[in-house]
Amino acid sequence: MIMGSQKPIDEIWGMVKDFNKVLVFGCNTCVAICHAGGEKEAETIASLIRMRARQEGNNMVVNHMGVIRHCEPEYFEPVMEDVKKYDLILSTACGVGVNFLSDRTGTVPVYPGINTSFYGSVESSGFFKELCAGCGNCIVHLTGGLCPIARCAKTLMNGPCGGTNKGKCEVSNDIDCVWYLIVERMKMLGTLEKLSEIQPPRNWATSRDGGPRRISLEHLREFEDKEALKTRAAGGEK
Amino acid sequence: MKSGSNLEKVIASGNPAVTAELGPPMSADGHEVVKKAQLLKGFCDAANITDCQTAVVRISSIAAAAIAFQNGLEPVMQMTCRDRNRIAIQADLLGAAALGLKNCLCLAGDHQKFSAAGRLKGHPGAKNVYDVDTCQLVGILRKMRDEGKQEGGDPLEVSPRFFIGASWTPMGDPIDFRPVNLMKKVNAGSDFIQTQGIYDMDLFKSQMEKACNLGLHERTAVLAGIIVPKSAMMLKYMDSSVAGVSVPRSLIDRMNKAKEAAGDDKKKAREFQEQEGIRIAVELIQQALEIPGIKGVHIQAIEWESAIEGIVKAAGLYPRPTFPES
Ligand code: SF4
Ligand code: SF4
Repeated sequence: MIMGSQKPIDEIWGMVKDFNKVLVFGCNTCVAICHAGGEKEAETIASLIRMRARQEGNNMVVNHMGVIRHCEPEYFEPVMEDVKKYDLILSTACGVGVNFLSDRTGTVPVYPGINTSFYGSVESSGFFKELCAGCGNCIVHLTGGLCPIARCAKTLMNGPCGGTNKGKCEVSNDIDCVWYLIVERMKMLGTLEKLSEIQPPRNWATSRDGGPRRISLEHLREFEDKEALKTRAAGGEK
Repeated sequence: MKSGSNLEKVIASGNPAVTAELGPPMSADGHEVVKKAQLLKGFCDAANITDCQTAVVRISSIAAAAIAFQNGLEPVMQMTCRDRNRIAIQADLLGAAALGLKNCLCLAGDHQKFSAAGRLKGHPGAKNVYDVDTCQLVGILRKMRDEGKQEGGDPLEVSPRFFIGASWTPMGDPIDFRPVNLMKKVNAGSDFIQTQGIYDMDLFKSQMEKACNLGLHERTAVLAGIIVPKSAMMLKYMDSSVAGVSVPRSLIDRMNKAKEAAGDDKKKAREFQEQEGIRIAVELIQQALEIPGIKGVHIQAIEWESAIEGIVKAAGLYPRPTFPES
């Protein structure tokens, strides 16, 4: 899922201090699980801002709210009217949520309440790890199911660099070298000889280098259009 | 001849090849490059011109290589994957070839976080590129030279003719994969290989045996890396902290003895250790050249280029072969 972490309160204060009515708006899916931006965290952030406002003699209004997801219209449409009554929405959803709202809130600005960090796993309670970079062209069948794009500091495709030290990455002693893990895993799977093949330069156009990406499921869209037509024909449309 | 470089000629002649290293300065001081080039000229067949080693900003490898070349020292320009995408890489390769450069060593490059070390601030927050990796970079050079094509497929009317090199860390983790790593670099088109610095010759020998069993020694020229030790402290640091380098206890003990022989005299302690370091380097060179499949040595005297002359002479590798202009 999408992982995020809280921003320092000083940075948040710098963003919100000039507004009169602020809504801290949480998202109860991914960012709630990593304890960064769910409704509970939105509540905490709202009270931190209120405390800071009191200290600074600022009598702004700060409320909080949360919905299941910021990235699908059906979840926040019911609260849209309420949300738009504020001068600023501080969204504690991931960057997707912040953008999605910004595209829809007209004159009300939406600012980021957290730092969106990566696609990752819950390794254990309170410990999250990046495992995929959403490169748009998955190749981990060639690397024992472990991702060299997200997990190697140099996105190497043909084996470890010279910096691997006792199984750790040259970047830090507490980061595993994924190429070390890949070699060990492929040994275990009996597929190591696959690594002898040279992987040619990648086409990064499927990654963010090709501009913002979209996925359009034509069959689903066609189906939706047909259903809408049927409804209209049956006089069901208001 | 693939490139007609001096290094290629020496290797083709069957003589053991000698390469050295020249680190460009952290300022626009071109004279520094000239000075270092004078120290190395005549004592190696070519000298690597590092490409912002440890991610520290320095005169670019190509510019410093061109200066060295104009001053009579054959350079091996270096190209890391860290700082350029395939467009910049190929543009620079075309430019380098047009300037007359004939050797190119392909490297992944040290991560940018290494640039902030000791007193240096560096640029640890830089964005790295890694559009391609070393194997892919070697393949690009080979394709440009042998097929006359850019990576994307567009034709090159005049192709850059490089003698193509890559680095190899024979004793890096995971150690049993390292011969395969070498094989991939050779299959991609590496004409020569320079290894990470080697102190543990027995372990290196066994890795070379595996490489020879794969027939790699017949398809590429492996030059054994020798890092000239300067002090006991440096040896200990390399043993504990440098990836893929292990230093036998006996060598550290020798250096310690040299240091102790000077008593409290700090200046002498430095001199004694440097002399012992040169002796160790000469022995390592001789041992490396005995190993089956080894075609030469790559001697790195880091920020100590003046040591090369004595080492090469003491190792019996002077004078260097010369070839009539063709
Ligand atoms: S290869 Fe791409 S899609 Fe597959 S895990 Fe890695 S980043 Fe994700
Ligand atoms: S040490 Fe391993 S994970 Fe780190 S950059 Fe090198 S190959 Fe990638």
